Amino acid sequence: MNIPLITKISISLLKARLKQTMVAAFGVTFSITMFIALLSFMAGLNDLLDNLILNRTPHIRLYNEILATKIQPINSTQLFSSSYNFVQHVKPKEDILAIKNSQAIINYLQKDKNVLGVAPKLIVPIFYNVGIINLTGVINGIDVDAENSLFAFNDYVMEGNTIALKNIPNSIILGIGAAKKMLIQLGDNIQITTITGERFSLKVVGFFQSGIEELDKVQSYTTLATTQKILSKPNSYITDIQLKLIDINKAPIIATQYKELFSTEATDIQTANAQFETGSSVRTLISYAVGITLLIVAGFGIYNILNMMIYEKMDSIAILKATGFSGKDVNRIFITIALTIGIVGGLMGLVFGLGLSASIAQIPFSTASLPKVKTYPINYNPKFYVIGAIFSLVTTYFAGYFPSKKASKIDPVDIIRGK
Amino acid sequence: MEAKKIIEAQHICKSFYDPIEVKVLNEVSLTINVGEFVSIIGKSGCGKSTLLYILSTMDTNYTGSLSIDGVDMKGKKDADLAIVRNEKIGFVFQFHYLLNEFNNLTNVMLPGLKLNMISKAEIEHVAYEKLKILGIESEALKMPNQLSGGQKQRVAIARALINNPLIIMGDEPTGNLDKKNSDIVFATFKELAETYHQSLLIVTHDNDFAKKSHRIIEMEDGKIIGS
Repeated sequence: MNIPLITKISISLLKARLKQTMVAAFGVTFSITMFIALLSFMAGLNDLLDNLILNRTPHIRLYNEILATKIQPINSTQLFSSSYNFVQHVKPKEDILAIKNSQAIINYLQKDKNVLGVAPKLIVPIFYNVGIINLTGVINGIDVDAENSLFAFNDYVMEGNTIALKNIPNSIILGIGAAKKMLIQLGDNIQITTITGERFSLKVVGFFQSGIEELDKVQSYTTLATTQKILSKPNSYITDIQLKLIDINKAPIIATQYKELFSTEATDIQTANAQFETGSSVRTLISYAVGITLLIVAGFGIYNILNMMIYEKMDSIAILKATGFSGKDVNRIFITIALTIGIVGGLMGLVFGLGLSASIAQIPFSTASLPKVKTYPINYNPKFYVIGAIFSLVTTYFAGYFPSKKASKIDPVDIIRGK
Repeated sequence: MEAKKIIEAQHICKSFYDPIEVKVLNEVSLTINVGEFVSIIGKSGCGKSTLLYILSTMDTNYTGSLSIDGVDMKGKKDADLAIVRNEKIGFVFQFHYLLNEFNNLTNVMLPGLKLNMISKAEIEHVAYEKLKILGIESEALKMPNQLSGGQKQRVAIARALINNPLIIMGDEPTGNLDKKNSDIVFATFKELAETYHQSLLIVTHDNDFAKKSHRIIEMEDGKIIGS
């Protein structure tokens, strides 16, 4: 095989039909550009929407729930094992919501190699006292550092900052909705009452906006220690252990294991937010379908142009074959032409795709629920570029395959004698 | 010493089946030796061109046996036959079939580049030599469409010569040319045969042309009737 010669002939044939080949290459460029831009934009949007949930939802949450005892005492005794026992009006038993032996569990989890991070949490329902009015609220006692690194807590604090929460004793970051209702400024003190009637004064060091209005009217954050102080509980008293895993897909299995192991309740993110993954995957599927359709259309363009070129160059093919080029060589010449169109068009498409994505990323986009987002989100995942490049080569190869096959089958005798 | 055989064909038969069976070649056998200038003549439709394309290995749909340079061609693959054509046979057709995308020099060089036995520079040198033999080296860098019909045909002959083939086959090489140009082309063939001992096998219906060659094979209705 003589690659330089094949290439030389292919290039000359390309040059002879420069305009048409440029149109074909532009078809590929256009489709790859749209493919990249579409997927980057869609993935950016998906990430944004997923992060709305993922950022603030632990992969696994361990907690206790007030429940009726699952095995009633009568079922534990042998005396009535052969009879049906009906217990009516079962009530939940009194139990503390705190996780027992929490420190040991946290230590264990921090060593578990499936776990990315652990954030303990203490959730307490309270009342905000505004003059004579009481507003219901929930205080989340958090480990500020863990919350920042695992749940991007910092991103949702609009005014003030999380360092102040950590450093100033008895401080609180208030939900923005609650703050508005209470007409609170940064630095003000607020009064809260626990459900057991104890009053407590807290200094406002920041406002929190989750993007979900109902949540912002209720939620506020203090440190774990402050919350424990409000409740007069020891520092092992926590109600939730939130986990981020290294592989989110393992969450359901691991949640079941932990439920057994620690005898607490455990929910995983998939069960808690079943709908969000469906939305993402459908959107991704649609963008891939549109992108691939564009490429296939471009492929038909290349197919047409090559077919025309073969009809036009019938004589040249015949003489090449007569003077010793095999069918394979002719095949390679036309495949080379197709791939050249694919490579040139594809590369330009990748560059333009990057450019188009970058310009979409400049378009202003603001929404109340996403305070940190100012422009359209774009995901510059190299995966899309690799897929785009591979697809442009594959489609152009197939677009070239059939015309090339036809060209290689041309019988020189038919052409030469036909003259 | 017996002359070396370039082409030896035995009992070649070929039929066309569309729309009805027509026997074009019937038990044709012939031998061509090194250095011979042979012309095949006959009326239109007598099968002379068909025979030439079979001898040239381009047409493989026949019965009988064919060996070129002592090697049997029957059952060889398309790619192998292409190599045989490339190395051992030079073609000149009625139409020049030069590639308009390349200049004349490159057109001449193409089969040499395909053979790829010597370096590109050497092929270029050989191509110039062949063009010189044909007296058109000054046109080397022009494009084919800048030449006259006779000049194009001479470039085509130079292309046929580039790999120093065992034999040059021509299918009515002067068919498209006026008297003057066909004389030039004939003179070229004659010179090749006599000065360079090049074997030639030319199909023609021009009896004057044929008479000047060494041996005439006359065909009629798919058979050789005189040699």
